[in-house]
Amino acid sequence: MEADTGSPERWLDEHGGALYRYALLRLRDEHKAEELVQETFLAALQARERFSGGASVRTWLIGILKHKILDQFRREAREVPLNEAQSFGGADDDPVENSFVSDGHWSARISDWGDPHKALEQGQFWTILQYCLDRLPERLARLFVLREVMEEGTEEICKDLAITPTNVWTMLYRARMGLRQCLDRNWVGETRE
Amino acid sequence: MLTCKDASRLISEGQERHLRFSERWGLRLHLWICVNCRRFERQIHLLRRALRKLAQRAEADTQGPDLSPEARERILAALAGGDGHVH
Repeated sequence: MEADTGSPERWLDEHGGALYRYALLRLRDEHKAEELVQETFLAALQARERFSGGASVRTWLIGILKHKILDQFRREAREVPLNEAQSFGGADDDPVENSFVSDGHWSARISDWGDPHKALEQGQFWTILQYCLDRLPERLARLFVLREVMEEGTEEICKDLAITPTNVWTMLYRARMGLRQCLDRNWVGETRE
Repeated sequence: MLTCKDASRLISEGQERHLRFSERWGLRLHLWICVNCRRFERQIHLLRRALRKLAQRAEADTQGPDLSPEARERILAALAGGDGHVH
């Protein structure tokens, strides 16, 4: 007898939303997210005899979905090579350039974000973080999400996206500068001076 | 002496690789005298923590984005079609 995985309809009820949010955060595209969630359920249906019952159904499904997302990233990287040239728009919008004056000093004061524990407890922090993430250029965001949300190491990222470590570091730096600047401008937390 | 621009780059790269001895000392010296870069460093560390937490929050957030009823119907139809592809 196969392990109890419930019916596919129940999977959709119980896990559809969570899988969709998992996919959307990483893919940043509603259409692709829906498509991969559907593929995940189909793959799970085909493989259900192999489900050991050891992990929870949710964990099992997320594992399948994660593979599909990484496959999608690899496929897209082959089609359109990721390069660091993608800009934020003009040089004025480039957070690496506009954060500094010509002698390398900061062009504006850096805010004190205060106690990290308190910051992470503020609902507003998360709303603005999501807002700022959505505003990162597509490719930078892709890389940043792979590194920071999916916690892939530099080596896997280089292999998956066919880019050099130096490239990865430069792009992560740009993404962090962009995100930090956006939060500094939009987040007015209680803890902020 | 490192500029703030150099220092910010090293702070970011320090999350990705072991900094060389000279880089570490240059950065330490710079941070000692530069309040903006100290704040920047704390911001970058907070960002890493926040992004890792974001994933858990997003999945658990039942008020967050969800599959539309139409999407659910499409998926159910695909599942009822069994193992065939639906493209």
